[in-house]
Amino acid sequence: MMEIGLTHFLILSSILFSFGLFAILTRKNAILVLMGLELILNSANINFVAFARFAGLDIEGHVATLFVIVLAAAEVAVALAIFLNIYQNFKHISVDEIKDLKE
Amino acid sequence: MDTNIIYSLLGENFVSYAIMAIIIILFITVYALIAILAELKISAWMQRRYGPWRNTWHGVGQPLIEVFKLLQKENITPDRADKFLFNLAPFVVFMGALMAFAVIPFGELFIPSDLNVGIFYAFAVSAFGVVGIIIGGWSSHNKYSLLGSMRAAAQMVSYEIPIAICLLSIATLNGSLNMETIVVAQSGWFWDWNIFGGAGGATKLFVIPFTLSLFIIYFIASLAETNRTPFDLPEGESELVAGYSTEYSGMKFAMFYLAEYTNMFIVSALITVMFLGGWNSPFGDFLNYVWLQPAWFIAKAFGIVVMQIIIRWTLPRLRIDQLMYTSWKVLVPCGLFCFLGVALYSMLSL
Amino acid sequence: MEISKFINELQSSINFYGIIFYALALLIVVSGLVTILANKLMHSAVALLFCFFGVAGIYAMLAADFIAVTQIMVYIGGILTLIIFGVMLTTRMTEANERTAVLDSTKTAIGALISACSGIGLVLVFLLGDWKQVPLEELPESTLQDIGNLLFTNYIAAFIAAAILLLVAFIGAALIARRKN
Repeated sequence: MMEIGLTHFLILSSILFSFGLFAILTRKNAILVLMGLELILNSANINFVAFARFAGLDIEGHVATLFVIVLAAAEVAVALAIFLNIYQNFKHISVDEIKDLKE
Repeated sequence: MDTNIIYSLLGENFVSYAIMAIIIILFITVYALIAILAELKISAWMQRRYGPWRNTWHGVGQPLIEVFKLLQKENITPDRADKFLFNLAPFVVFMGALMAFAVIPFGELFIPSDLNVGIFYAFAVSAFGVVGIIIGGWSSHNKYSLLGSMRAAAQMVSYEIPIAICLLSIATLNGSLNMETIVVAQSGWFWDWNIFGGAGGATKLFVIPFTLSLFIIYFIASLAETNRTPFDLPEGESELVAGYSTEYSGMKFAMFYLAEYTNMFIVSALITVMFLGGWNSPFGDFLNYVWLQPAWFIAKAFGIVVMQIIIRWTLPRLRIDQLMYTSWKVLVPCGLFCFLGVALYSMLSL
Repeated sequence: MEISKFINELQSSINFYGIIFYALALLIVVSGLVTILANKLMHSAVALLFCFFGVAGIYAMLAADFIAVTQIMVYIGGILTLIIFGVMLTTRMTEANERTAVLDSTKTAIGALISACSGIGLVLVFLLGDWKQVPLEELPESTLQDIGNLLFTNYIAAFIAAAILLLVAFIGAALIARRKN
């Protein structure tokens, strides 16, 4: 069995990234798009922490990850509030059918 | 190596980890049986009844009989329920309860895992309980379950904030999130416990009111976190049949039940670590042997559990608006004020 | 004696770090696939729970204890709970078991192609790139003190900005989501 090193973690994160991209590109439901976004942020975080461990980025990588987590929390709260409003106006949250700012 | 007797005997490998996990699961089972019996007997005592009496001696075998009854019962899955999630939910809830045990320090030599961020970890994994309860309520396809799980989630999320503030205050006071460090800092007599301001000279008189009120805040919030009366709105039987567990029967219901009692022990153990000196004997060196430390720890934690049971059979249930009022307008501001006091104290005494 | 000998042999033959890594990677990949391919919205959300949990495990393997616990705390306790609430509030209970709408097959194929290409490209970059690697140091006692020191010295401006952003975002979210009239 190969020694687990930096590359393993990077490849895992790129797989997670492509999953997230797929969800953002092909799903209609806004909440699923949001989930895809979370997957992408997670893959970026794995990269930060992996480089912190293996490439001498040290604690700075951890701090960057912390900021990403904080921003993700803020982003999800605002996004879901907007989705709720859209749902009240349109009765659905399919991102490709919402073309009007106002009905 | 020196934090756990089993690890130092067998070395740190997967066999010793497995043995530790099995010990913890056995402990949970035995504890849950005793706690259920205590619940039955204390409620009977408070209502001037005998409680379970007929089978076995004084009815002490009642919890065991109830477990066998639940094992025999049919596992009913509602027709329109989401089968997969319906079956998954009890396990997610119990997983959250079990994961917290990884860091509970029963004694100097009985720490399953001496994590640097132990208290933060024990607090964080309670999130699994919230998610599991929502999944269970939603997948039952029953309006009572859905309402109950919505209430449970709203309540548990709101009451996490006062708990986090208490945790921050204790971390500030002891300068660590490591459970062992926090417990060792409180060794000595019972007035060295964090509930009485931790170890310190005469200046600690200033901080005692703050830590005492933090203890009360944490206790109230932990009642809400485990969905116990007076905060048992999620399963208020007069309004919601049985809340999120309405559609569950047999072993899956038993899992929810077990998770509730396990969560009671976890919050009590956290209170014990944070405020009541953990495994330390209350009276200096009196009976403060390494082998007796788990007994002190379990005795303190079980005392808190009994207190929770007594409160359950004393107080009526709150309304939902009163519940939110208590959290956001009473506990959070008071907690923040106490946190400022504790922070000031630990800054000045440094 | 026999048992301890057996354990020692077993330990020397198995790479624990590798096994745990592959188990977590399998958990992340499978639950990630379920998240993006599931027919029911709620299944996606629950799969996301296991995905986040696996990522927390990966952080723990990379000796980032504080980040791992923060991941559980914020992602599972906060973000996932919010997402599940969003699912429940924007899906009618009677149609809860309906399929979530997907684009037609051509567009899905194009999307899959793009994401697969970008994934493969990233893998190639990561495999072929000559990454700076430092020899692994002794694990620090805890990352907690260092993170705290850095947050309150070098990154103090970003820290305060993030705090203000969080406050503004939550007030804004409450304002937007509030029922009018």
